[in-house]
Amino acid sequence: MFEFPSFLHIPLAEVVDVVITWLLVHWAGFFDVVSSTVLYSLMNIERFFLWLPWFVVVGLVGAFAWWTIRRWWGVVILAGFLVVIGSFGYWEETMMTLAIIVVSVIISLSVGIPAGIVMTRSDRVQSVIKPALDAMQTMPSFVYLIPALMFFGLGKVPAVFATVIYAMPPVIRLTNVGIRQVSTDVVEAARAFGSSGRQVLFEVQLPLAIPSIMVGINQTTMMALAMVVIASMIGARGLGLEVLKSINRIEVGRGVEAGLCIVLMAIIIDRISYAIAARQDYTVKTKFQSRKKGN
Amino acid sequence: MANNATSGNGEITVAVSGLWKVFGPNADEIINSERRTATKQYLLEQTNCVMAVRDASFEVRRGEIFVIMGLSGSGKSTLIRCLLRLIEPTLGKIIINGEDICGYDDEQLMELRRHTTGMVFQYFGLFPHRNVLDNVAYGLKVRGMSKEERYVRAREVIDMVGLNGWEDYYPATLSGGMQQRVGIARALAIDPDILLMDEPFSGLDPLIRRQMQDQLIELQAQVQKTILFVTHDLDEALKLGSHIAIMKDGDIIQIGTPEEVIVSPGDAYVQKFVQDASAAKVVTANFIMEQPNILLYEWEGPKAAMHMLMTAKITHAFLVARGNRYLGLVTLERLVELFRSKGRSLKEALQTNVPTCTPDTVIEDLLPLAVSTEFPIPVVDDNGKLLGEIHNSTIILSLIQEKGAEEEEVVMNGETAIEDRGSGLDV
Repeated sequence: MFEFPSFLHIPLAEVVDVVITWLLVHWAGFFDVVSSTVLYSLMNIERFFLWLPWFVVVGLVGAFAWWTIRRWWGVVILAGFLVVIGSFGYWEETMMTLAIIVVSVIISLSVGIPAGIVMTRSDRVQSVIKPALDAMQTMPSFVYLIPALMFFGLGKVPAVFATVIYAMPPVIRLTNVGIRQVSTDVVEAARAFGSSGRQVLFEVQLPLAIPSIMVGINQTTMMALAMVVIASMIGARGLGLEVLKSINRIEVGRGVEAGLCIVLMAIIIDRISYAIAARQDYTVKTKFQSRKKGN
Repeated sequence: MANNATSGNGEITVAVSGLWKVFGPNADEIINSERRTATKQYLLEQTNCVMAVRDASFEVRRGEIFVIMGLSGSGKSTLIRCLLRLIEPTLGKIIINGEDICGYDDEQLMELRRHTTGMVFQYFGLFPHRNVLDNVAYGLKVRGMSKEERYVRAREVIDMVGLNGWEDYYPATLSGGMQQRVGIARALAIDPDILLMDEPFSGLDPLIRRQMQDQLIELQAQVQKTILFVTHDLDEALKLGSHIAIMKDGDIIQIGTPEEVIVSPGDAYVQKFVQDASAAKVVTANFIMEQPNILLYEWEGPKAAMHMLMTAKITHAFLVARGNRYLGLVTLERLVELFRSKGRSLKEALQTNVPTCTPDTVIEDLLPLAVSTEFPIPVVDDNGKLLGEIHNSTIILSLIQEKGAEEEEVVMNGETAIEDRGSGLDV
């Protein structure tokens, strides 16, 4: 009886379609360049991971675990997880997934940290970027898998881009928060001694925001891992594809194995990157604690 | 301005004229309208603007300590920040070393802050991620000085403020007083002409505050900077300032030497301030009392007591029971009598007619007591416990302090009394 009036139609879908088509026609060259650059680095990183003998990777993870966690059981558990992954027969897929994560995280950080810094420069910029970040995180990921597909074709590159879009918000947010949390007294003092804007940023704000930024990097990495699984739907090989295949074939056992590999990988990456983040925070404290003891 | 003989060589280093700072929308409009003379409260209600500094004008001469004093919200911190344009003034002239810095571009302003001025903050504003050495060297680093050079200079200044040995510590591990010394060292490291100090000692506890004030005076004798010092504490202003500007609700209501401010307060507001600060009405027994040299305990024998008094070359002492409960006074004279008459207990020689006071008694009320007795006045708390004694000379000294002279000496006495109290009587 009371239907929504049809004249109130907002033609957003049409607009988006037109814009995408326009971009595809006029920016094709640009997307090709981006696509081939990303693909080139991704392939090289992937080749490198696959070239590394498995025991070297296990050893590296063990060494990393020792360096960051400083517990022998930490080393055994994390390195053991990697051995379990290998024993399921998913070593190659895991390395492929890892390569996509590494590239996605590198892109996310190199865009996200500067974006976070820009956000701190003015409240107006912040009020524009914030809803954009919310949209990036809440929009169902399939929605931007489609345009990524259209711009970059099937394969790994659109997977990387979908992952970047999904994984970047945390590091932007936490860079912004970290810098904004730096006490105004300290910033004022830096200004009073004639620091330029750049000096305030690099001498005071960023160093003091590092603990927060490290947490952002940890979260970005974890979200990249989550997204990589979904991104396999547009043709990125790796663990995600194995899960997808086993769903299609209703092979519960294989699905569990592949899924478990993803979980183990997530735990390894999370523990190590979290330990690095916590360490950053910790060094400031321990440095003076140890000095105090020494005196 | 009078009385510049002792401080400053007369050359004007900082001259501020017609300086306004209004926070909020339409600041210019307010300054150009009749409402510029309206009260702060009225402006806030009517226009949503805060009149932080209204038409401030003053001159600071080279080598003097110019104190800006006012309660919180009087605009004093805004004023000192305007001088460096950490807060942009709305209108007015700020002449530093002959140049109007309001016309400076960003580059010139940075140069001014790097070479001419140094600032010390109430909450220290130290860099928590740098150790003491790097904190002190920060101003030099910003200038682009090499690491070796700036460390040499930083160590010099760290030495000057008495923090050598603490170079590698991080600010969070230092006490408030030490942190502020780092703050002062950081400002001195760049060897500025002008030192701006925004309530530097307000965050410290009273004992440390006085100590820091004394050290600032000593330091100033060495370095001879032009200092602008913001405080809300009249005693501090009187102690440090060669000139004092008193601010209220954004207006400077009086500028003068400490003597002028005390003797002829500019208006009722200043009068009230000065009156409140009157030592006789404010300073309590607790503050000026001293630790007695000798205490006699009721269980001691007359001979031992006589021996103690004679070795200490004093003629009387207070007698206390267990837990330092005050009993009364015993004189050497009475002790000798007691000894001759073979008395056993010191209580027989007790004199209980000595007037006593409580820790809360103010000097004004101590005066009649002091006149009525030849002995020190014992300070006894509500539980009858003896806390200390007050000599007539101490009372007189603290009254001289009120007149603006000799204040340091009394302050010192006060300090020792407080310190002793912690360690002494409760054994």
